[in-house]
Amino acid sequence: MHTLMDRCCDKCTHSPASPCKDYILCRKTGPLCHDDEQCRRWRQDLLNSINLPADSDRRQILICAGTGCTSSGSRGLVDALKTALKEHGLEDKVSVKITGCHGFCEQGPLMIIEPQKVFYTRVETADVPEIVESHLVNGQVVERLLYVDPTTGERARTYETVPFYARQKRLVLHNCGHINPENMADYIANDGYTALTRALFELTPEQVIEEVKTSGLRGRGGAGFPTGMKWSFVRAAEGDKKYVVCNADEGDPGAFMDRSVLEGDPHAVLEGMMICGYAVGADEGYIYVRAEYPLAIQRLKIAIAQAEEYGILGDNILNSGFNFRIKIKAGAGAFVCGEETALLTSIEGNRGMPRVRPPFPAQKGLWGKPTNLNNVETYANVPQIIRNGGAWYAAMGTEKSKGTKIFALTGKVNNTGLVEVPMGITMREIIFDVGGGIRDGKKFKAVQIGGPSGGCLPDEQLDLPVDYDSLTAAGAIMGSGGLVVMDETTCMVDVARFFLNFTQAESCGKCTPCREGTKRMLEILTRICEGKGEMEDIDTLERLARVVKNTALCGLGQTCPNPILSTLRYFRDEYEAHIKDKRCPAHVCQALLVYTINPEKCTGCGNCARSCPAGAISGEKKQPHVIDASRCIKCGNCLQKCKFGAVEKA
Amino acid sequence: MACQCAQEEQKRQEALARVFEHYRGVKGALIPLLQEAQEIYGYLPGEVMQKISEELKIPFSKTFGVATFYAQFHLQPRGRNIIRVCQGTACHVRGGARVLESVSEKLGVGKNETTEDLRYTLETVACLGACGLAPVMMVNDDTHGRLTPERAAEILDKYE
Repeated sequence: MHTLMDRCCDKCTHSPASPCKDYILCRKTGPLCHDDEQCRRWRQDLLNSINLPADSDRRQILICAGTGCTSSGSRGLVDALKTALKEHGLEDKVSVKITGCHGFCEQGPLMIIEPQKVFYTRVETADVPEIVESHLVNGQVVERLLYVDPTTGERARTYETVPFYARQKRLVLHNCGHINPENMADYIANDGYTALTRALFELTPEQVIEEVKTSGLRGRGGAGFPTGMKWSFVRAAEGDKKYVVCNADEGDPGAFMDRSVLEGDPHAVLEGMMICGYAVGADEGYIYVRAEYPLAIQRLKIAIAQAEEYGILGDNILNSGFNFRIKIKAGAGAFVCGEETALLTSIEGNRGMPRVRPPFPAQKGLWGKPTNLNNVETYANVPQIIRNGGAWYAAMGTEKSKGTKIFALTGKVNNTGLVEVPMGITMREIIFDVGGGIRDGKKFKAVQIGGPSGGCLPDEQLDLPVDYDSLTAAGAIMGSGGLVVMDETTCMVDVARFFLNFTQAESCGKCTPCREGTKRMLEILTRICEGKGEMEDIDTLERLARVVKNTALCGLGQTCPNPILSTLRYFRDEYEAHIKDKRCPAHVCQALLVYTINPEKCTGCGNCARSCPAGAISGEKKQPHVIDASRCIKCGNCLQKCKFGAVEKA
Repeated sequence: MACQCAQEEQKRQEALARVFEHYRGVKGALIPLLQEAQEIYGYLPGEVMQKISEELKIPFSKTFGVATFYAQFHLQPRGRNIIRVCQGTACHVRGGARVLESVSEKLGVGKNETTEDLRYTLETVACLGACGLAPVMMVNDDTHGRLTPERAAEILDKYE
């Protein structure tokens, strides 16, 4: 028994061709079919090497290999550590493990030393010798690498005491950052595939659906349709062949939770899809992943190959009679393919354009067959629901939104990263407690939730409980869960224009309201940002936004006016300032800026004049310079070049 | 003198034939075929799309329609190094536009253009999912985060 997945001795007969129904349970509590002290000890040793017991004298170093930390240089750490451990003869006592994303990308590369869970941030290769000598040899924690709370200045000794994590409830993300996503044994050692086992041997498909209904789980892709109900529609649909499809086409700018789940805990998604397949009566699944996520695709491929190798995917899984196979489809870069019918059309090999609903995919989906479509986070919730029961899950959250939700907290906030919180928490808690407040001591202005389909909420909405229904009522949507925090230096008209620019480019062109409407709305917004707007533009914009919202064919068009409508609702004064006063209050819209030089701060060094491509700055040496507004092209070069902060925007 | 180009073309055609073999009889094969063909050729030349249409027995117009619908497919040769500057929301509010400007200025090409020496192609992307490190850009498969306009321009020198 070299790995947890291997057979312990010849008495074990499990293989994909002759599967044993106890295979999964046997890994943790076995051997079940025979009694052998040696076999039991092997298992326990292997389990203990994956999850170190708290009193272990061994150490395990977890290094984040998610996209964020990898780009900050975490790969180099693994090699450096291995070399350093060898030098000190510690290879047998200390193991190094790569994990998926811890969510705190801001502080990456991250390193956790188990079992004490000491949490090191922004670790560089140069820090490795000190970590090995001080921490691993002498047992002295390297203080300077600990996380420092920007608000209190205190150092957090362990992972759990970092405020960013302390306020979270990591349910879907519980494995992310703790297990090696490229090793199925890690998943199994943490109760992986026990939910599948329970579903296959203890529950009927109807009972599985009932359990999901009881949990109150709603689709995490954005619209929030009750998952159990969707499954029951697919189960009830007539058809000899059904499909289970996972939407991993995470296209919302500012959202990356699906990517992190796929990279950090791919088996949870596979297990969720398999349970769904069993419940709805499907034997084939597809995962549609963005091609921009090469690491997620690679990890999924490894996970699928391992599951097939040990007979968790394939025919007659665990001798239950249930067959299931999963294929990966790489998306080709079209935002609209995140819409369910467009996604199915794309899998079929066509231009990814949405279809008219009804018929819904539950009746006529992939290749005309009944299809269940959920997103990554939804499927990743399922194993926990089946393992612990729907009632356990329903105890978390609010009356109509159960469980937790993962948000991608980004923008002008101190702690950016992935956060998982119970539904019903307020926006203020997410931004100021988990997120640590606004960067550089600036003032909070708005939070954009739900990506290009969502809306901007101002500070008077900060105490809003975050759940599907309150967000919709406030003019935003849960969407995929992107939270972009904006401070006083963000222009809300520019933000609306930014999103329209995106949706206009991504509109597939099939229906007129979206194809033409997004273009016209973008034109109006651009005009306002350039200072050429008229007051009647606001009314036209509002009317047009409502028409597109009510008449577009698919979710893209129906939700793309949300950024406009919500900024008009909460920040109408900024629109008016752009139009009436020809002024951008946040000093963002370039055409409306006036650059001036503060004579009191100017030392007359001449840096600005030399950097000005239009020759608009003049002045004697060592005398305050001036900008000729009629020649200024507002490039901002002088502002960047000035070392004395004398160039000002107004 | 035997022409190297002919040999390379031969190799590419063989690779394409293997891809055709692999996907024969697979439903919904058009997009994977286009992806693999682009992997081999670096872009999608007209003749290759023609061959794919023949292989799948579908009209050329359909192949062309799909190839032009998705952002991933390119009908023109591209540079050796593909730069993708993120213009997503998180990057936007942290100065992604200035990073793009600086890169564009350094290379002397605009969005979706390739430098004359075929060293770089400059593209933008809506989100790379590395928002925690905003602003971000990708050069080939490497993600570079916490950029400033100056640092972004410097990074490019590493890529021949």
